[in-house]
Amino acid sequence: MKIGALKEVSNGEQRVALTPESALQLQRLGHDCVVQKGAGVAAGFSDAQYKAAGVEVAATAAALTKACDVIVKVRPPSEAELKRLSPEKTLISFFYPGANADLMELAKSKGASVIAMDMVPRISRAQKMDALSSMANIAGYRAVIEAGNNFGRFFTGQVTAAGKVPPAKVLVVGAGVAGLAAIGTSTSLGAITYAFDVRPEVAEQVESMGAEFVFLDFSEEQADGAATGGYAAVSSPEFAAAQLAKFREIAPDMDIVITTALIPNREAPELWTADMVASMKPGSVIIDLAAEKGGNCKLTVMDERIVTDNGVIIIGYTDFPSRMAAQASTLYANNIRHMLSDLTPQKDGVIVHDMEDDVIRGATIAHAGEVTFPPPPPKIQAIAAKPKEKVPEKTAEEKRAEEVQAFKKQTQNQVALLAIGGALLFLVGSYAPASFMQHFIVFVLSVFVGFQVIWNVSHALHTPLMAVTNAISSIIILGAVLQVGSTSLLVIILAGIAVFFAGINIFGGFLVTRRMLAMFQKS
Amino acid sequence: MEMGFTTAVYVVAAILFILSLGGLSGQESAKRAVWYGIVGMALAVTATLFGPGFGLWGLSLVLIAAGGVIGYQLASKVEMTQMPELVAGMHALVGLAAVFVGFNTHFELVNVAAMDESGRKSLEGFAALLAKKTSVEINILRVETSLGIWIGAVTFTGSVIAYGKLAGKVNSAATKLPGGHVLNAMAALVSLGALIWYLNTGALMPMMILTLMALFIGYHLIMGIGGADMPVVVSMLNSYSGWAAAAIGFSLGNDLLIVVGALVGSSGAILSYIMCKAMNRSFVSVILGGFGGTAGPQMAVEGEQIAAEADGVATALNEADSVIIIPGYGMAVAQAQQSVSELVRKLRAKGKTVRFAIHPVAGRLPGHMNVLLAEAKVPYDIVMEMDEINDDFPDTDVAIVIGSNDIVNPAAQDDPNSPIAGMPVLECWKAKQVFVSKRGQGTGYSGIENPLFFKENTRMFYGDAKASLDKLLPMIE
Repeated sequence: MKIGALKEVSNGEQRVALTPESALQLQRLGHDCVVQKGAGVAAGFSDAQYKAAGVEVAATAAALTKACDVIVKVRPPSEAELKRLSPEKTLISFFYPGANADLMELAKSKGASVIAMDMVPRISRAQKMDALSSMANIAGYRAVIEAGNNFGRFFTGQVTAAGKVPPAKVLVVGAGVAGLAAIGTSTSLGAITYAFDVRPEVAEQVESMGAEFVFLDFSEEQADGAATGGYAAVSSPEFAAAQLAKFREIAPDMDIVITTALIPNREAPELWTADMVASMKPGSVIIDLAAEKGGNCKLTVMDERIVTDNGVIIIGYTDFPSRMAAQASTLYANNIRHMLSDLTPQKDGVIVHDMEDDVIRGATIAHAGEVTFPPPPPKIQAIAAKPKEKVPEKTAEEKRAEEVQAFKKQTQNQVALLAIGGALLFLVGSYAPASFMQHFIVFVLSVFVGFQVIWNVSHALHTPLMAVTNAISSIIILGAVLQVGSTSLLVIILAGIAVFFAGINIFGGFLVTRRMLAMFQKS
Repeated sequence: MEMGFTTAVYVVAAILFILSLGGLSGQESAKRAVWYGIVGMALAVTATLFGPGFGLWGLSLVLIAAGGVIGYQLASKVEMTQMPELVAGMHALVGLAAVFVGFNTHFELVNVAAMDESGRKSLEGFAALLAKKTSVEINILRVETSLGIWIGAVTFTGSVIAYGKLAGKVNSAATKLPGGHVLNAMAALVSLGALIWYLNTGALMPMMILTLMALFIGYHLIMGIGGADMPVVVSMLNSYSGWAAAAIGFSLGNDLLIVVGALVGSSGAILSYIMCKAMNRSFVSVILGGFGGTAGPQMAVEGEQIAAEADGVATALNEADSVIIIPGYGMAVAQAQQSVSELVRKLRAKGKTVRFAIHPVAGRLPGHMNVLLAEAKVPYDIVMEMDEINDDFPDTDVAIVIGSNDIVNPAAQDDPNSPIAGMPVLECWKAKQVFVSKRGQGTGYSGIENPLFFKENTRMFYGDAKASLDKLLPMIE
């Protein structure tokens, strides 16, 4: 099949859906690749590079669409682009079908298949084609870089000859893919990074990346993140209030705030209010990654950089991935390549649009003259891990009380055991003859000593312990030696065999123990 | 024949034995401690030979020497991977010796009982001791002797089977005769009946029945326990051999035997307890064999096992700063410890932190992995116990699992319905990247699927552990 990448027509869009590298991979699947003239230039891929990778260059969008079976691009298609489609052709791009119903109808009327990269279900198997995540990852990274660009100080704290520089404090709101990428970038630049998310189960991920999770003094069962496909759900008014209060408290300390909170199919929640912005220091930077959906800060202006009266810079760009076009194109082209490799199960250049496959079905929004959106729920459920039963942090007193409790319990156990043991001994003692008791006491004491001693043996030496106990359990030889001087021949023979066996054991046991112990070397 | 002198030596020997066990608390002190044990044994045997056992000391000496030669051969030839077999085999010898000594006691008792008053007075050594006993004491003696023989016999057949399973001469799967544990219970009941019969008659017949029953129980009990439970089995047999010695000590009235028997018995018991704890299973459930039923359907494992090639593993290792290796029985089977050691040496030479995480039940013998690694010249201070290292996984770049399965199964923590739920496991999946060296896609001893293999940060490095590592080694530069 022929796969062609269109040049993006949206204003300022610099990405491209096919790179020379992904073209090579696609050719391995048996496909031929075409690229529209100049499609990759903005992302740093010249037509010559494409040609070197065996990619044909088409002069116009119309020619390319006509020649190719599969058309790939980044942004949702324009009406003109859709109109060029015909049955048997497949378009793969971002589509946002929820917001673009009329475009979907148009695609249906053309009879073409459309795969929306933003509809790839969030299951483990489909992660390699999850373009939303790869773009969010870039957005998170770029958000920190943009912030640094607008922030007049270092991220990392330094002590220089000219004076001390405090580290920047960064707050990341929303620890999704973009948020985590921002946290990672920010901590690696050396800033003190704080992060918040309505899903407390991500605290572990946040902390693993070196940021501090901002906990609320609020306890409410949160909606299970796993139930909503790993996305955040709307929180209750009480929770929202507690969250705002916490933000208000920390706002004056923050130098950089990056908000990434989005709820699927809704306007972005307001998390950073005007009074918080007012309480921030001049020169502080707010990057609002939710600007496209109205912004987490209501002062944000979409696609603009504004400066408030008190000198706080608010950035509402929505094209962060496009601002890193080379990286974004590489990742997006890889996502597309993985999608095509799932569509080409035999690796023979023949596209099989398998509507039984969860991933392909989920992403397809128009197929064979039908609108196939919304998809049925996937057979495999979401990726996010089930929240663990959260064990509340114990206070010092509780811990102390527990220790006391444990100590008491231990004491009780010990006393009880001693009492029972003593009683048993007394019972035996009152019936058994003295000669027996004498040995019995030795036995009990030895067991006791044994228990005390063996607990201290290092785990690493358990095998030598077994070998040495083996050797010394051959002490049974004493019994055999005592009996070997008997008058009865049978006894002499049996005792002799026992002496022989025990002899093997004594030498074998001790020698092998010594051999083993000699091997243990310190570095 | 000075009893006072012998007793004094026995006290010294007992103290030396205690010190020798206590010294095993550290690798360095252990090297000294084993000498305490050797000296203690030498003292005890010499004192007995030239003291109360003076009868045929020449014969004894020859037999000990002969045994010593064989013991020396065994000890110097055995491969460290064969330690479990050796230990099991040696338990069998102790058990058998206990049975013989017990029978001798019985024969002497019969002889003495048949003598008249004057004959008894002329007796020497052990027989003289028996002659002085009252009838109550003789009954106690009979119980002690029977107990010694019974435990000794169970130890003997049990250890022989354990040896066979560990050496691969007996199928290591759990197999039971029809009737299962009812047979064992019946054999135990018959033994009890035989004991009562013996107490009343003092005849040889009930003693033989008792012994046969014990031999059967030892055989059948261990046949019913599968391969990976062997650490518990071997520790348990270790314990039994001690208790057998103690019981014989009672019957002979020899305090040193009692002391040592009790030390060994409690040592084995503690080891068994530690092993069971490490599997989160009760001793009884291990002995009864197999895994218990599940509480409900197990969590389905989703995702796919992603294979990695040697070059991928090498790249990850070259880039890593900290590495933790988790060896298991598979490493011993593949004899891969030398290659592992070489890998560690190379990685450490590059300044990386490399450590080993040892689960208490890794291998077929308590502490088995430690010995194998020590043999391959891995310094013991980088070989960590589970509790020491489990918290370090999140800060680790690469975890390598070599031939272990159940001890790294996250289902033990995540899935309350898993048969191994609650078993402490090494949390290797918290490392940034996990490589699992494994022969194929099979399940572990417990037969349950391991979700670790399906995790996103896990790559399967299929193939024989040694061959895989040897392929990997030249790529580490």
